[in-house]
Amino acid sequence: MNLRSLLSLLVACVFALVSPSAHAQDLHQAAQDLGSSDKAKVQLAVENIAKSSDPAALALLEALGKDSLRIDAAGTPFVAGESNLLSPVFGGSAKPSGALTTPLVDNRLRRQLEPALASLKLGFPDAKVRLEAAKDLAKSRNDDLAGLIRTAAAKERDAEIKTALGLALAQIDLHGADKPLKLAAIAAISAAADASFKPDLERMTGRQGKATEADLDVKNAAASALGVIESRLMLISFIGNLFYGLSLGSVLLLCALGLAITFGLLRVINMAHGELLMIGAYSTYAVQKLFTVYFPAHQDLYLIFAVPVAFIVTAAIGMVLERSVIRFLYGRPLETLLATWGISLILIQTVRLIFGAQNVAVANPSYLAGGVEVLPGFVLTYSRLAVILFSSAVAGFVWFVLQRTPLGLHVRAVTQNRQMAAGMGIATRRVDVWTFGIGSGVAGLGGVALSQLGNVGPELGQQYIVDSFMVVVLGGVGKLAGTLAGAFGLGIMNKLLEPAAGAVLGKIVILGLIILFIQRRPQGIFALKGRAAEAM
Amino acid sequence: MNLKAELLRLLPRNGWLGLGVATLLFASVPILNSVTAADSALHTPDYLVALFGKFLCFAIVAVAMDLLWGYTGVLSLGHGVFFAIGGYCMGMYLMLSIGDAGVYRSKLPDFMVFLDWKELPWFWKPFDNFGFALLAVLAVPGLLAYVFGFLAFRSRIRGVYFSIITQAFTYALMLLFFRNETGLGGNNGLTNFKSLYGYSLADSGTKLGLYCLSALGLLVVFLLCRFIVVSKAGRVLCAIRDEESRSRFAGYNPTSYKLFVYTLSAVICGFAGALYVPQVGIINPSEFQPSSSIEMAIWVAVGGRASLLGGVLGAFVVNGAKSWFTVALPEAWLYILGVLFIAVTLFFPGGLASLLQKKKAAA
Repeated sequence: MNLRSLLSLLVACVFALVSPSAHAQDLHQAAQDLGSSDKAKVQLAVENIAKSSDPAALALLEALGKDSLRIDAAGTPFVAGESNLLSPVFGGSAKPSGALTTPLVDNRLRRQLEPALASLKLGFPDAKVRLEAAKDLAKSRNDDLAGLIRTAAAKERDAEIKTALGLALAQIDLHGADKPLKLAAIAAISAAADASFKPDLERMTGRQGKATEADLDVKNAAASALGVIESRLMLISFIGNLFYGLSLGSVLLLCALGLAITFGLLRVINMAHGELLMIGAYSTYAVQKLFTVYFPAHQDLYLIFAVPVAFIVTAAIGMVLERSVIRFLYGRPLETLLATWGISLILIQTVRLIFGAQNVAVANPSYLAGGVEVLPGFVLTYSRLAVILFSSAVAGFVWFVLQRTPLGLHVRAVTQNRQMAAGMGIATRRVDVWTFGIGSGVAGLGGVALSQLGNVGPELGQQYIVDSFMVVVLGGVGKLAGTLAGAFGLGIMNKLLEPAAGAVLGKIVILGLIILFIQRRPQGIFALKGRAAEAM
Repeated sequence: MNLKAELLRLLPRNGWLGLGVATLLFASVPILNSVTAADSALHTPDYLVALFGKFLCFAIVAVAMDLLWGYTGVLSLGHGVFFAIGGYCMGMYLMLSIGDAGVYRSKLPDFMVFLDWKELPWFWKPFDNFGFALLAVLAVPGLLAYVFGFLAFRSRIRGVYFSIITQAFTYALMLLFFRNETGLGGNNGLTNFKSLYGYSLADSGTKLGLYCLSALGLLVVFLLCRFIVVSKAGRVLCAIRDEESRSRFAGYNPTSYKLFVYTLSAVICGFAGALYVPQVGIINPSEFQPSSSIEMAIWVAVGGRASLLGGVLGAFVVNGAKSWFTVALPEAWLYILGVLFIAVTLFFPGGLASLLQKKKAAA
């Protein structure tokens, strides 16, 4: 290496060290110029700032655009934050000195500011800022920025940002006159299946009013892109309804599980079952209230404590009901229907007297608030997700109790043949009480779930009782799988029919379907065969 | 066979006597209302006539329910549907007979003007005709019950399953009638009636007439149901109630018997609903609420099943209590009703009628 090259390297190094600070110097000067009353000087300053790659440049222009830039007497720029808290743009702990001036932004400057900001953002090293800028550009159309976006898109390496820029560009090109660009725009739209272009495409193809597009190729491309968008929208709404159906199904499952257990075992339809749900929801409310009063710091934990409380409260009520009323009515199912209806009236009125006739507010804990956006336009809310998981867990719990514990063994034995089970030494009366307790407790758990989804009021149970009966009718008794199938079948069918037929007609259609379904499969669903059928 | 023997088979001698006394009792209400002076101690106030007229309609329903539940063992928790539909059929006629005397001075019923409808929906049109409306009062509930019952009984849905399916049935119809698009006034229902077949509903004379019609209707329905119960078919109904499978093996077809009784009781309920609506002046979807249908069952339970008289007693006692308590102790009414449901089923399965019978047996 000779001396000359060494020297030039040295010079380069020095330049490399010096030049950023020289740039920074320019930026400081330009920032100071923003406060000038000379319009030409301000415009030049904006131009210069836009060329810089310093993060402060972006902050400067953004503040300028929002009218929150302040420049003090020494020419130091500040950003006015909330409650006029001033923070220096270039960092440090500088305090404003002297009078503050707010740079005046007229329309001309604003027009200049927009592309400057866009180019600054699109050239920004942080990919997050670039993506956000690209998405912002795609939101509203600005023909002046076409060249800028095109250059940025060509340079961009990140696929997500490139797609967003492509859409921003497509929005501009779609209204342009250039045919290949138009086709490329439509291709980009079609690939992204972005629903926000639907009105534009509809106008072009003449789906709304007269077709604005004359060229046949473009028109056809637009029509097929429209088809892609529409099928995507349908898919999203289908998935959304499926999800709502699943969550409704899990609520119904929670409501119907207890009903199916008690009906399978005791041949008793408990009309007060809906009220046990309601009491479960009110238990959740009461626990929440206790936490607000005694442990406000751990408010969010109330839900976890509400689960066992609701179970124990409703199980206890169920056992008391079994001991005091229902056991006298075994073998008289229709009378039980009426007596338990009477119980439900008493429970409703009692809750009304204690908590008032108005709905009470049960807040979602912070970890269940919000949701995750799975697809554009479709959010999985955490509370619904949690209800689905919760009901699966409860179904697992019931399965475990019925299949893997001595009590479950006894319950199944008594369900199959009460006399025989009694003959084998099973204390059937005791089994009845515990089963009723578990069935009621599961209803209470359902109440906890319901409290997270909607209003909690004294009539809460009445809304779900008819549906949960239908689950039992559809799913049959004695088998957990039947209840599962019935609940999810009904829930999903309900939500899928709703958009097509409306909520009310959907319900009527479902009732009709259930009645027709019974025509096809009467034995498989309700009537047990042989002697068991007579026992009903 | 001579007439006297026939009549004695229908009701025993004491029964006819009782029926006569009851008729006199029911007749005394309007007679005392119109004959005596307003300040006389014997005078029955107008509101009492209206109240008893309402109860008479409920009693008709109770008799029909008893025929179905008490004698055939089918507990329908959706008979409010037929009552309400009968009421709606009558309500539609009453609505159209208002003509252009409504609030908006339009030929259309007020709620349609309110919804900005320009024309009468097709199913409203024939209700202009009083004869058609009367026919519809009986035919629409009957037809609906026939189709529903046919589907349900054919697939041998019975016991509690039938009860909860009928409950879902009334629930679904309630939702349907709550909709404005159904064309029957949405949740406000049909109201502000002016006249029935030319007679002003505000007239006390019309009210007395409706009362008498209801009483007469109850008498006819009672005798009709009594006739069915003492006939051979009535025996089969009881057999089906007690041992459905055995009666099937004995060669009877429970499906058609049940279907007949179910449809007949629906027609009777529709008739009661049609009498009820002009007396209370409103019909709305709350009649479809599952709770109203279940209350019909409790009338029968309190009065005593399988004794048609019990239904009548129960309807009067329960509704009398309801009228009194919802005014005097509104908070307590649901407790009382709830306890009534439980107590009657637990301790008093025979109902009020069993008290009468016990007395008779003791005497």
